[in-house]
Amino acid sequence: MEKLLLTDETSMNQVFTEKDGYNHVSFLDAIDENDRVDGVAKVTGKAKYFAEYQLPGLTYGVLVTSTITKGKIVDIDTKAAKNAPGVLDVLSHMNKPAVAGYEQEGGSPMKIFYTDQIFYNGQPIALVVANTFERATYAASLVKVSYHKEAFNTDFKSSIKDEKVKKLQGQPPYKRGMEDAYKTAEVKVEQVYTMPVETHNPMELHGIIADWRTNDQVTVYAKTQGVKATQNTIANVFKIPVENIQVNSEFVGGGFGMALRTWPLEIATIMASKQLKKPVKLVITRDQMFTMVGNRPAAYQKIGLGATKEGKITGITHIAFGQSATYENFTEGVVNMTKFMYDSENVNTNYYVIPLDMGVPIWMRGPGEATGAFALESAIDEMAHALNMDPLDFRIKNDPEKDLAQNRPFSSKYIKEAYRLGAEQIGWKNRKMIPGSLIDGSWQVGYGVSIGVFNASRGRASVKGILKADGTLVLQSATSDIGPGTGTGMTLIASRLLNIPVDKIVFELGDSSLPPAPSQGGSATLSTVGSAVNDVCVSLKSTIAELAANSNMDAHAHFTEVLKKNNLPMIEVTKQSQANAEAKNYSMYSFSIHFVQVKVHQLTGVVKVSKVVSVGDSGKIVSPKTARSQMVGGAVGGIGMALMEEALLDNRYGRYINNNFADYHVPVHADVPEIDVIFIDKADPIINPMGAKGMGEIALIGFAGAVANAVFNATGKRIRSLPITPDKILQA
Amino acid sequence: MDEIDSHAQGDTRRDFLKKTSLFTALSLTPVTILKAADQKVDERFAELFEKIPLNFTVNNKAYQLNVEPRVTLLDLLREELHLTGTKKGCDHGQCGACTVHVDGKRVNSCLSLAVMNEGRNITTIEGLAKGDELHPMQRAFIKHDGFQCGYCTPGQIMSAVACIREGHANSKEEIREYMSGNICRCGAYPHIVEAIQEVKEKGGTI
Repeated sequence: MEKLLLTDETSMNQVFTEKDGYNHVSFLDAIDENDRVDGVAKVTGKAKYFAEYQLPGLTYGVLVTSTITKGKIVDIDTKAAKNAPGVLDVLSHMNKPAVAGYEQEGGSPMKIFYTDQIFYNGQPIALVVANTFERATYAASLVKVSYHKEAFNTDFKSSIKDEKVKKLQGQPPYKRGMEDAYKTAEVKVEQVYTMPVETHNPMELHGIIADWRTNDQVTVYAKTQGVKATQNTIANVFKIPVENIQVNSEFVGGGFGMALRTWPLEIATIMASKQLKKPVKLVITRDQMFTMVGNRPAAYQKIGLGATKEGKITGITHIAFGQSATYENFTEGVVNMTKFMYDSENVNTNYYVIPLDMGVPIWMRGPGEATGAFALESAIDEMAHALNMDPLDFRIKNDPEKDLAQNRPFSSKYIKEAYRLGAEQIGWKNRKMIPGSLIDGSWQVGYGVSIGVFNASRGRASVKGILKADGTLVLQSATSDIGPGTGTGMTLIASRLLNIPVDKIVFELGDSSLPPAPSQGGSATLSTVGSAVNDVCVSLKSTIAELAANSNMDAHAHFTEVLKKNNLPMIEVTKQSQANAEAKNYSMYSFSIHFVQVKVHQLTGVVKVSKVVSVGDSGKIVSPKTARSQMVGGAVGGIGMALMEEALLDNRYGRYINNNFADYHVPVHADVPEIDVIFIDKADPIINPMGAKGMGEIALIGFAGAVANAVFNATGKRIRSLPITPDKILQA
Repeated sequence: MDEIDSHAQGDTRRDFLKKTSLFTALSLTPVTILKAADQKVDERFAELFEKIPLNFTVNNKAYQLNVEPRVTLLDLLREELHLTGTKKGCDHGQCGACTVHVDGKRVNSCLSLAVMNEGRNITTIEGLAKGDELHPMQRAFIKHDGFQCGYCTPGQIMSAVACIREGHANSKEEIREYMSGNICRCGAYPHIVEAIQEVKEKGGTI
């Protein structure tokens, strides 16, 4: 590791002012060039999201959804709806609009309007299209559906122990050393941690505008985290060439994972446009956001943790159950972190999913790792308490030198520094070892810590760069920006490499006709697309140098002069970039340490997060301002996960009962304190030319554990079931 | 609707008109009406009888419109006036993304029927800047990075301006309380609060 430490200087180092070797990002340090490139568009209302494109003759779709949870549709009576003013058509499985890829019925994924089966309550079963939104909404209320109902199961909790309920292996079992070694340890913790369904609910409602103009050409305005993925899905479903499909998605009003696939409702809208030969817009309602566009699955996790009296971990067992759907399967990395995060010879994990009669889940920020981290990091805190050790000391004592699961070194890992910096900033020294002993008026005060970790990956992406004699640079890639500031990060990379001011650079994204890039997910965009931007800029630079040499110009001549001298209005280059071979020899992860101070009201049990310090160990920070925002956003999401978010299902009807923002609580202004963010800001020497690792997931992963641990420290009450609501505190 | 739709079902409008009591009340003979329907001028009748006149001002521009009484201010702004800076986040007054100023006061435009705004002055995010010169709140949001995806941003900014005008921005605590009707799922809250506090402290008319 020493050798790696020495190589952390990169070409971009000079850009950052470093205090004590670390980059503390605060408002005061904000420099204009770090402002979001799309800031003006976003604050003036000029940024156009998918539903805001004005197409001539635009029509409006409104969905009719299932009111039963399982069974078959017997009949859909659309007569009244079709007779309502302005209605153009009602699509359903009764009239099956032609879709080449759906000719063979059944199978997975679910084929909308090609099945009479009901798989979950709220499933879209018909689409009413009218010439105004109001007319479509009214007509949808006139559609009468009759069903043949069947018995269903949406009860996750009771299904875990019910042997009659099918369980699927979610990931192959993992074992290192002895199985269940914790059972024979000197000190052991054995507990169950649970989590409810959470919903992504980005502020922008999901939907699409489809404009099928000719027989085999379609343009869509989509809410997607991957324009190329959307393009491919449409090509597969409608069996038309990829190049005949144009996907536009310049601005996306949040995704958090829910826009990582093309949902049936989008296919339905495209079907309608094809059938009617008109542009059709569908924007679903907030309550529909709970049922048909995925969720973070409920989880039940058993952790067994064993340690010596001196505080050395000897065994970890992690058995997890997650919820899935009957018609499509979903699994995620719930037990991943347990395999390598702590220095234990003996580790075994297993992960099952239980198919229920509910809408299929999809990755939600931090995905399964955030679920797993809550359980593991709570158990680690419980063990520290059992050992009468400071949980920070216990973690540091069991911090592994290498990845024991893969038996290879980490590419970079500075979490001991991260622990130290965060502890200093939050005032960890004020934490009492004895829970419940720090009081501030009516409030009990506590401190908690937790770690978050997520795979730092780098995929394959292409970027085109056009360097013009007028001094501007255009960069193009079919990537997305759902909010982290992709365009801003890419612009900064290019600006530093080519020494061009950011206002002379345009980064174009969200357009499927641009050079291909993967979907924005798994914290990989900056690493993946940024590397291609890097390669393009390096190439442009060397082309300019060659041109300068050939025309006997000074090697330092400005590129505008070089291009003019050579009578070139522009030069362009496209580069595809992917991970280097060396990467295979390392385990690459981003880490976060979350420190939280909570106040728990002694009479009401209300928990307030009063102070947060999140430390990011995610390599070099390319865009300090937007990176800070991403960490802050993760902490806010973590407050929701820890204290509020719970999609409540009435298992008698299989229906959500709090499917709106008044009843499904997410953090609001009053719930969020000031949040300190510290970045280690040391380049990873392996992952990519920037030395930057992803951040989107680690911003949230582990946060809920830190809150739960702080609540224990404040009250002596260990809440193992999220969210930590006042009733649970009072009853504990 | 401005557009007359030629794809509408042939007898749809006939059926509808037969049932429309307005026509009965006005003593128009069914024959006249049905003839009108056959000639596809029924949409014009609809324009006359299903819609209500609305005169109001949006961003200093006067509008004389005919709107269906069930159209919300939000949908009118977005779908008919094409002022899409005002966002739809929930349609239930629970998220604040649709916040506009009605006669200077912040209002959830999804909870206001368009026709309730007769004679009123509406300001949307598009009307906040003076030409190319951003409003101080817009500048502060950029400076403090008070947003990520940007979808709740117009509502946050409209609400933030009103929050100061109301005199509810005297401390961070107060700002948080009086801004809690505007949800931001990306979690830009601390930065939004910083932005509002800065604009408030700089003083001046906003």
